[in-house]
Amino acid sequence: MEQGNVLSYFNLFKLVLSRDLKIALRHRDDVLNPLLFFIIIITLFPLGIGPEPQTLAKIAPGIIWVSALLATLLSLDRMFKSDYQDGALEQLLLSPYPSFIWVLAKVIAHWILTGIPLIIIAPVLAAMLNLPAESFLATFWTLLLGTPVLSFIGAIGAALTVGLKKGGVLLSLIILPLYIPVLIFATSAIDAASYGLPYGGQLAIIGALLVGALTLTPFAITSALKVSTN
Amino acid sequence: MQFDSITAFLDMGGYGFFVWLSFGFGFIALLILVLQSKSALKRAKSDIAKRIVTEQKQKLAAQQQNNHR
Amino acid sequence: MWKWLHPYANPETTYHLSDRVIPWFGWLSGSLLTIGLVWALLFAPADYQQGDSFRIFYLHVPAASLSMGIYLGMAIAALCGMVWQLKLSDAAVAALAPVGAVFTAIALFTGAAWGKPMWGTWWVWDARLTSELVLLFLYLGVIAINNAFEDKQMAGKAASIIALVGVINLPIIKYSVEWWNTLHQGATVSKLGKPAMSLEMFWPFVVCFLGFAFFVATVTCIRFKTEILLRNSSRPWVKNLMLEQAE
Repeated sequence: MEQGNVLSYFNLFKLVLSRDLKIALRHRDDVLNPLLFFIIIITLFPLGIGPEPQTLAKIAPGIIWVSALLATLLSLDRMFKSDYQDGALEQLLLSPYPSFIWVLAKVIAHWILTGIPLIIIAPVLAAMLNLPAESFLATFWTLLLGTPVLSFIGAIGAALTVGLKKGGVLLSLIILPLYIPVLIFATSAIDAASYGLPYGGQLAIIGALLVGALTLTPFAITSALKVSTN
Repeated sequence: MQFDSITAFLDMGGYGFFVWLSFGFGFIALLILVLQSKSALKRAKSDIAKRIVTEQKQKLAAQQQNNHR
Repeated sequence: MWKWLHPYANPETTYHLSDRVIPWFGWLSGSLLTIGLVWALLFAPADYQQGDSFRIFYLHVPAASLSMGIYLGMAIAALCGMVWQLKLSDAAVAALAPVGAVFTAIALFTGAAWGKPMWGTWWVWDARLTSELVLLFLYLGVIAINNAFEDKQMAGKAASIIALVGVINLPIIKYSVEWWNTLHQGATVSKLGKPAMSLEMFWPFVVCFLGFAFFVATVTCIRFKTEILLRNSSRPWVKNLMLEQAE
């Protein structure tokens, strides 16, 4: 009997990744909204706090990162919802392939669509917040290492709440406490850079969180998806 | 006893407000917890009992319908 | 070695066990708390530096340690549920979460009320208080997710996942908050060090702690019974039990 089309793990990964990217490009709004949200919040802070350059420079790292958190939170809903609604999620769960592979693909797709735009636009916004020049590289590194962590941890919450009607607020309640370590180390790294101090330690910790998230969260995400699709 | 009089006891060396605020909150919080837990148990039991009664009535009604046919 | 535990995977057996155990826990808790609190409030010495405000310690510290212990217990229950597919674990997680949340709230409130006379402000972003606040959010997350699902089975499994994810993150969060706090210590030196406990303070503390611990056990068992009933309401043993009690 012919085996049929059996995918190698790599091909499965590529397939799910490219599918998610293609779908997102056809629904540009889903991608642009969180980005615009990010831009708008950062713009609101000087309006609320006052344009004094020194104050802004001091709190810029915090503003950038909290806004990144909130923008990511906004985008998490999109991760599994449409697949849940049309049944594709169930099919993926029922397929003979290990869920680790395609969950990884989905989260990385989410990061490419949400995290990378943030990383690209952050320097512009950081300049608007009067972030000192020494901190720009640190901001880039913390965002590069940190935004994937946000996607992975957020995916757990998204998976748990995908079947619920009022999932949004619950998602924030569950996920934001888990984001705290990334927030603390990222802002500390950017702060340290502004004083000319080394920040490799903080980056290493964020890196450790990234590796931990990459290897461990897919299991939690799979369990959560199985609960939601029942 | 550490305190000479009831007034001294309530005063807590000047910190009375904070000490009694703390213990007051703790007492009320734990009291509400206990009362709510017990009432939830009672409600669960009564809900199940009501459901059993309703089911029995339904069975009875179904039986009577069958007998009439 | 663990065979003696096996019968207790049956909800009915454990329900009756909880039933039998509640009066014992209740009396132990009541008597220990009475003795402990009277001792703490009336007979224990005032602190050399903090005076009588130190008496808040006898409520604050047990509440804080228990808040963390309950979370650990909840996570262990969640783990057992996931590993051995025990349905009772979901009931345990649901029963423990509100109790833990209340104790966390008490720890936070008494911490603030103690902080005002000691540090001058109601709230300090002290590492321990901040971690405790995050713990409260983690508890609220578990409770919220338990209530969000209509199907109790799904709710229990989802809550277990969140409890486990939380317990893995808890040390990371505590470490990062502690690190963050020492970074921002600056001029304000923490006036609240761990007091060197004299024996006269230690014993009332132990009695209070045990009293509160048994209190947690009592209330948790009551809530556990409720959760078992709610998740097994269509079973014959529940129906028989309800009919028996109605007579």
